[in-house]
Amino acid sequence: MGKIVAVTGNEAVAEALRQINPDVCAAYPITPQTDMMQRFSSFVSDGKVDTELILVESEHSAMSACIGASAGGGRVATATSGPGLALMWEMLYVASGMRLPIVMPVVNRSLSAPLNIHGDHSDAMGARDSGWIQLWSENAQEAYDNTIQAFRIGEHMEIRLPVMVCLDGFIISHSIERMEYLDDNVVKAFVGEYKSLNPLLDIENPKSYGPLILPDLYMEYKRAQHEVMTKVKDVVLNVADDFEKLSKRKYGLFETYRLDDADIAIVILNSAAGTAKDVIDQFRAKGIKAGLLKPRLFRPFPYEEVADAIKNVKALCVMDRADSFGAYGPLFIELCGVALHLQERPLMINKIYGLGGRDFMPEHAELVLNELVEISKTGKVKTFKEYIGVRE
Amino acid sequence: MEKMIEIRWHGRGGQGTVTAAKILADACLSGGRHVQAFPEYGPERAGAPLRAYNRVSDSEIRMHCPVLHPKVVGIVDPTLLDSINAADGTMDDSVFVVNTSKDPKEIREKLKAKPSQKVFTVDATKIALDCFGKALPNSPMLGAINKAISIVPQDELVDAVKKSFGKKFAQKIIDGNLEATKRGYEEVKEG
Repeated sequence: MGKIVAVTGNEAVAEALRQINPDVCAAYPITPQTDMMQRFSSFVSDGKVDTELILVESEHSAMSACIGASAGGGRVATATSGPGLALMWEMLYVASGMRLPIVMPVVNRSLSAPLNIHGDHSDAMGARDSGWIQLWSENAQEAYDNTIQAFRIGEHMEIRLPVMVCLDGFIISHSIERMEYLDDNVVKAFVGEYKSLNPLLDIENPKSYGPLILPDLYMEYKRAQHEVMTKVKDVVLNVADDFEKLSKRKYGLFETYRLDDADIAIVILNSAAGTAKDVIDQFRAKGIKAGLLKPRLFRPFPYEEVADAIKNVKALCVMDRADSFGAYGPLFIELCGVALHLQERPLMINKIYGLGGRDFMPEHAELVLNELVEISKTGKVKTFKEYIGVRE
Repeated sequence: MEKMIEIRWHGRGGQGTVTAAKILADACLSGGRHVQAFPEYGPERAGAPLRAYNRVSDSEIRMHCPVLHPKVVGIVDPTLLDSINAADGTMDDSVFVVNTSKDPKEIREKLKAKPSQKVFTVDATKIALDCFGKALPNSPMLGAINKAISIVPQDELVDAVKKSFGKKFAQKIIDGNLEATKRGYEEVKEG
């Protein structure tokens, strides 16, 4: 069986990449890159993997090199964080538009200005519409497990899409936690041999990637990208089933915590969900039916399934660690989409928390749950969007 | 053992405080326990005050936030006693372990510790200088904290120190740190 270790989130994901041993990894070697890639480059130098590591001069180039290698026919991975992901923006769309199954752990960090590289979801939320599958992770274990599953999901012959695996900057990436590594041979067998599709290096069968497509056909390509996304949920669930058999860890499209009979609930991503679960237990102990939903698959977003999970909730708070200035937070906007699938929707509020690494403390979850208790009693929402844990 | 033990470390950049928290986490993995070790990240500068945290629990640790009510406060740099409130958020049964040459009674007064709180002192810097010639008090502090709260069998702590230092350092430094860990354990005083 696996091995119990105390490691950082970055170490955990680097270990997953070592076990998978991609053909090519292109990475920018300086901040905002994290030590995840530094650790992986040590594996390359020490001969623990035979990955071709290409160190490039920018994140834009890192993604460009990944696109070339993936189109060439190799299994490709990279990693990035915060402003690095922002600099990749143009090439993210190229990767997904060419249907290249690149896997990229994203250490979620804020964007400047003011200059800040702490935990925040602004980076990945900015890449929300880039056509990449997004898996989000609460802790080091989930980041490791999601990275392994990401290869199977993205490389699935009916999918062939790039995948981001999101984990919270510093809170998970640089903090040590207990987790379990699977054995090397188990991971290798799980991800399997890479199967290329239309590789450019198959010179007997020449083909083109990313040619000029004029208005007469462009929209058909874009609709095809949406249509392939509709198949992703089933693949994610099938891969999760296979993964559970070897790891005994269960994954779905999202996680629910004490939600079945809940009157009030929090929807929250990544590491803050853990803190919120402990507070939900305290409210349950007081006889208050509180629950939680933590999205895992954020793109494509499982609207119907989330709608079914929250249909009996009376009051719901959606918590965003990213903002859309002058609009609601990005996760809240998704839950508004979920509400379209409900005849009777819960009363909903949006809280912006934890920007730029501001700590999300148990008292913040308490504050929110107390407000939800009040809303469920009175049926009245005072303010839809508010910032918590912020100086007035 | 209690449900969860939370530790807050106060040190200065460059004293090995974050390493100490990591070593403690590694040592406490034994017996199926769950652990966390994490620093408070700021601008990283040698000499700047920093905090680091540990959580050790028999069950899964889901909290991902700083420790507010530590059971143990480890003060790696005694000069911090003049500039920070080390007793912030402590509980009636909290334990202080302070690196200082001073008497625990004097430190107890300085901390304004409650009678129900325990105060331990150890001259960790001197032990470090004796054992390996550098003012890096982290390994004797680990020994001292373990004596104060018996969080892990001492031989498992020593093994974790060996494992951590064994990766990067010469045998002399490793042996010195092992000796320093033992002396920290033996020389800590309660008062």
